[in-house]
Amino acid sequence: MNKLHWKIGTVLGLLILAVWLLYPSVEWYTKTADDRAKTEAMRLRPKRILNLGLDLRGGTHLLLELDVEKLEKKEKLNDAMTRAIEIIRNRVDQYGVGETPISRQGERWISVDLPGISNTEEAENLIGKTALLEFRLVDTSNEAQAVLSKVDGLTEPPFGKNGVLLPEIAKLMPKGTILRKAAPGPEGDKARYYVLFNEVPVTGAYLESARVETDQQFGTPSIGFTFNKEGGKLFENFTGANVNKFLAIVLDDVVHSAPVIKSRIGGGSGVIEGSFTMEEARNLAIILRAGALPAPVNIIEKRVVGPGLGEDSINKGLSAAGIGFIFVIAFMLVYYRAGGFVADIALALNFVFLSAAMAYFGATLTLPGIAGIILSLAMAIDANVLILERMREELALSKPVAMIIPTSYDKAWSAILDSNVTTWIAAIFLFQFGSGPVKGFAVTLTIGLLVGMFTSVFVTRAIYEFWLTSNPKELSI
Amino acid sequence: MMVLIKKTNIDFISKRFMFFGFSALLIAAGAASMAVKGLNLGLDFTGGTLLQVKFEAPVTTAQVREAMTTAGLETTIQSFTGRNAYQLKVKGTQENVNEIADKMLAGFKTSFPGNAYTEEKRDYVGPVVGRDLAKKALFAFVLSLFGIIVYVAFRFSNPVWGAAGVVALLHDVFVAAGAMSITNREIDLVIVAALLTIAGYSINDTIVIFDRMRENIRMFPKMALGKLVNTSINETLSRTLLTNLTVLTVVAVLFFFGGEVINNFAFCMLVGSIFGTYSTIAIATPLVYQWENKGK
Repeated sequence: MNKLHWKIGTVLGLLILAVWLLYPSVEWYTKTADDRAKTEAMRLRPKRILNLGLDLRGGTHLLLELDVEKLEKKEKLNDAMTRAIEIIRNRVDQYGVGETPISRQGERWISVDLPGISNTEEAENLIGKTALLEFRLVDTSNEAQAVLSKVDGLTEPPFGKNGVLLPEIAKLMPKGTILRKAAPGPEGDKARYYVLFNEVPVTGAYLESARVETDQQFGTPSIGFTFNKEGGKLFENFTGANVNKFLAIVLDDVVHSAPVIKSRIGGGSGVIEGSFTMEEARNLAIILRAGALPAPVNIIEKRVVGPGLGEDSINKGLSAAGIGFIFVIAFMLVYYRAGGFVADIALALNFVFLSAAMAYFGATLTLPGIAGIILSLAMAIDANVLILERMREELALSKPVAMIIPTSYDKAWSAILDSNVTTWIAAIFLFQFGSGPVKGFAVTLTIGLLVGMFTSVFVTRAIYEFWLTSNPKELSI
Repeated sequence: MMVLIKKTNIDFISKRFMFFGFSALLIAAGAASMAVKGLNLGLDFTGGTLLQVKFEAPVTTAQVREAMTTAGLETTIQSFTGRNAYQLKVKGTQENVNEIADKMLAGFKTSFPGNAYTEEKRDYVGPVVGRDLAKKALFAFVLSLFGIIVYVAFRFSNPVWGAAGVVALLHDVFVAAGAMSITNREIDLVIVAALLTIAGYSINDTIVIFDRMRENIRMFPKMALGKLVNTSINETLSRTLLTNLTVLTVVAVLFFFGGEVINNFAFCMLVGSIFGTYSTIAIATPLVYQWENKGK
């Protein structure tokens, strides 16, 4: 085999590889939206396919900030972040949203993407909850009763702004106790409060599992939980020592129920009863199961694109890009004739290779990403124009066709190389130091430039060289 | 053979002060607009809340404004004609994620009872995020400019060339940003991507002429710099115009038919690609001539 066979073999081989890489994406996007959703829910979404960004397919992007000040002192930031990300992933996963990229950004930010979901209130609550489960004893002393009746007589909540107790209440509180609100009861009930002791003998950190249980008589949902060995022992000792006292089950500083401890509770399991709806009980169980966040997270950025808008922007943008594409192809054909035809083949291959490379890397296509593709395609066409203009210059010198082709490529090469590398350098910096959209731009641009150099130089030259073997006398450009 | 541009012999170098003057004028216009009106920075940088809703029953912009005033909100309102959709924005520092958007929705419920709506888009950008995005984008951009200068200096064995290329690039980005300010279009992260595209395109265009100059210097080492620059520009003029007209057409199609979402992007690209071509011929190469001659 000679050099030319190798070249053509490489191009054809890559083409086959590209089609093979693109097949899953094509198959995926020709399915109906329903089928896709079903497959995603079963976690069978193919890995190496071209993804559409939230700006194109609709969905919600959340950026969360870990409230570092509320971290326990001994916990390192990196550990806390890793744990927070794991827990959020866990919660979102159980919620059944399908593919949800979650990643750390910067020092204490976590980015969460929820594709296809635009009603996010529930998801937001699910993600943001610290789910701090505590068991505390209820103070039933006279002083505590006095506090509660004073609170009852207030015309405003006992907590002022920032959650600080009003001074008139604070001075009444018995030593070593805190005031906590009860979970809302049936509609129209006035908010109730509990005075609880400071000590927390057992927390949700010892939980092994949590699940929704329904009362057999009324069908009201409750949450059953099981401690691990250590927690079970603590819970058993604690309940044994406090028989006939009230045990408050406090979730995220809200008292959900405060049953009497009738006897020592062994076996390490219990039930949280309260007036939950089925939905609430399910979410609570998820949160308890996934564990507590190391510190609260705040949403610092939220972007929601409704599904309709995403589709609309895709269709309009695509049809406009299609018109542009057809114009370029037609123009090259008319202006450069056979040369234009070769350039058009290169352009089409460029498109295929670029999509295949993006599918392979599982890259996400966003609007800024499309800008990167446009730039890389423009530069690929420019490379071909450079080569073809050189050919015309050489042609004007009446050189034989067999000489024109290698000379033109050699002369055009330095311009193509330098302009691509310069842009590529910029893309690398943008990828390294930019964030979000800037990065998306840099990724497609980088891949696009590499593919473009290959198709517009290597592929077209292989085609010309193949054509030269027929010993042509004329070059139609 | 179809030829759009015949062999030319235009003396670009002698007109360089005219070009510099024209560019100074463009930049002054942009700068004046930025000084007086400022850049219309989007939520991405200022922080704030954006809500886009589509109503079932028709409402007018005035009614929407009225509803927001009743709700106690001062918003900017953009209407999408023919779709009965409105985009409302409240820029600035907001600490709570859903507060403003919920107020807007409550305002609709109060003022347009019974008129159902769909939420098409909702953005909340907290104060820290906006600053961070702007800082990172700028940092990455400045670094990549240095990267370009170093590479061009290395490949063309002359730092002046790299600097001239970067000046032309900055010129294009600044003119595009100025046009955004003059037309009151909003700068968001997608526009940042457009400005980056313009920068990449501008330097690409410049490098091609530089390459021809490098080649001509090797072939005719005795040729005077002015003549050499002119010859190089003229020799590559056909390619410069062809490539750029192609790109310009594509961008124009995007601008006219691409839809509302990418309209600002396409506008920015349109301005950028026009001046990207202009600056290659009228700024980058004449600057090389100007600076190199000064050194001698």
